[in-house]
Amino acid sequence: MTDYTKVKAGLATYEAKVAKATAKFPERKKFAVKSVYTPLDIEDFDYNDKLGFPGSYPFTRGVQPTMYRGRLWTMRAYAGFATAEETNARYKYLLQAGQTGLSVAMDLPTQIGLDSDAALSHGEVGKVGVAIDTLDDMEKLFDGIPLDKVSTSMTINGPAAVLLAMYVAVGEKKGVKPEQLRGTIQNDVLKEYIARGTYIFPPRPSMRLVTDTFAYCSKNIPKWNTISVGAYHIREAGASPVQEIAFAFSNAIAYIEGAIKAGQKVDDFAPGISWIFTAGLNLFEEIAKFRAARRLWARLMKERFGATVPKAMMLRFHTHTAGSVLTAQQPLNNAVRVTWQALSAILGGTQSMACCAYDEALALPSEASATLALRTQQMLALESGITDTIDPMAGSYYVEALTDKMEKEAMEYIEKIDKMGGAVAAIEQGYMQGEMAAHAYAYQKGIEDGHITVVGVNKYTDNKALGKQENVVVDMTVAERQIKHTNEIKAKRDQKAVAKALADLKKACEGTENTMPYLIAAVKTYATLGEICGVMKEVFGEYKSSSAF
Amino acid sequence: MANVKVLVAKPGLDGHDRGAKVVARALRDAGFEVIYTGIRLTPEQIAEAALQDDVNVVALSLLSGAHNTLFPKVVELLKAKGMKNVLVIGGGVIPEADIPGLKAAGIKEVFTPGTPTTKVVEFIKANVK
Repeated sequence: MTDYTKVKAGLATYEAKVAKATAKFPERKKFAVKSVYTPLDIEDFDYNDKLGFPGSYPFTRGVQPTMYRGRLWTMRAYAGFATAEETNARYKYLLQAGQTGLSVAMDLPTQIGLDSDAALSHGEVGKVGVAIDTLDDMEKLFDGIPLDKVSTSMTINGPAAVLLAMYVAVGEKKGVKPEQLRGTIQNDVLKEYIARGTYIFPPRPSMRLVTDTFAYCSKNIPKWNTISVGAYHIREAGASPVQEIAFAFSNAIAYIEGAIKAGQKVDDFAPGISWIFTAGLNLFEEIAKFRAARRLWARLMKERFGATVPKAMMLRFHTHTAGSVLTAQQPLNNAVRVTWQALSAILGGTQSMACCAYDEALALPSEASATLALRTQQMLALESGITDTIDPMAGSYYVEALTDKMEKEAMEYIEKIDKMGGAVAAIEQGYMQGEMAAHAYAYQKGIEDGHITVVGVNKYTDNKALGKQENVVVDMTVAERQIKHTNEIKAKRDQKAVAKALADLKKACEGTENTMPYLIAAVKTYATLGEICGVMKEVFGEYKSSSAF
Repeated sequence: MANVKVLVAKPGLDGHDRGAKVVARALRDAGFEVIYTGIRLTPEQIAEAALQDDVNVVALSLLSGAHNTLFPKVVELLKAKGMKNVLVIGGGVIPEADIPGLKAAGIKEVFTPGTPTTKVVEFIKANVK
């Protein structure tokens, strides 16, 4: 047994010695944490209450009993560009390279519910992802890919319900039933208003579409993750790690309250909630963040919402390594940054991961850099030994103290947002946006005054060893080809069926019925995404951007 | 530089505006008068805002890859509106290979990720008319 009196005395002696020595290094004062952690930092630590076992409440040590000793996390690469055919070829390449799930990047017109020929789409078609105008594009995107075997994550929010409808329709054509489909739609619109910007409708009707997908999926596509709550984007847009947890949790609380209000039961829909977190640069802080988030979410679901089934309390998350900290200077350095970011996510117990390619601060990843990002995950999984045992950081004085601290601070933020009237009200008041912009600016100032070091940017900036980059170029012919193809599809479809499906959809939007069956009917007629979202805009209106900074 | 007016603008559909907002704050702290457009603007809307607010500088931010189409379009429209002396600069995820073309099209400087905001401030001070 540890003698705490002896530890206290020893610590006092140590600190006195260290104080003298560190006085000589004034620049080392910047550290926010202690120089050494001891049993005193987790003195009241109750193992059974705080950690328990993997796969058991409060899930601090992981959501699965076997974690990576059973199955490794799903390895993905966020990919999509140009047309469906070109992206399909990249998917087949990645699957053959050992990737275990797809992560679909869609271009901005698709994410905003516009067709490729819309005026606002000019210059953007096929740039940051694949262009999807009609069901035909979706059929080509998944051509030759077994939807009953591969899980597909789609980064789509504003029109998430429409793209899910297309996926269901593609599955049907391939003879795959909805209940066999596995995957995720991001579907987290609230964070679009504060962080990512691909909103279409105002918050309240958007919330209704989200709850419609919850209800539809829990009945018809039970293996589908109906939402991937975006902590990632909030952090990338400037939030601190604690704010990343707190703001995303507050958004999720709003969805849950919305679904409960719509008459749904927590134990039915909450198992479909999944998450996307970032993995930033501070290794231990990130590990603690994942563990704290898992514990706090389990407690919130059980205590606040009365969840009783374990899956409704589990924080299951995908990790995407942080893109905002990658640098255009000395791009190969990014491959190393990505490696320890990925390490933090594995030590933090992620269910799925996509690593950034080292050239992402410059352009779309090349095939070589995208492959290295996948190989990074494979090497960490199979060579490093870090997957041999579950939650290996447990019991570290530092990591446990940090986990406790982040859980506490995140809860304080959540309570503050509760008092403001919840996430929707806080967003409408610009609260989260302001906090994030302030933190982002402070971080940038920190880099510029040298308080934060970025190798290759404000230290060791000799760039002579830098080679030329080979990037994927999406030229303007992509837009021309895409528009031509969509026009051909539009010319040969049954126009009467399109008009009827759109009219039915409009009626459903005006009423309170679940919109999902109407969306599925509409996409099957090859109505375009722009036509479908156009009808919904007529009913729901459009959200306008804010110019605060 | 209190009399220098800067329009920080986001053309196209890209919603990533962390950088635009950080730059806007830094320019304001450097003593410029700063207006931010918010996201999702057409080049026409940006040129019109530049004219209405009578700005000296237009700072464009774009991370979606549509810069080769949209940045030159803004310059063209500013010229068409008679704003020939406006300093136009750009930033975002811009491949090195695209920078010479953008400069030839009238984007006076292009700042990529990792650029200190002080560099943007200095550039404006040295080049604004």
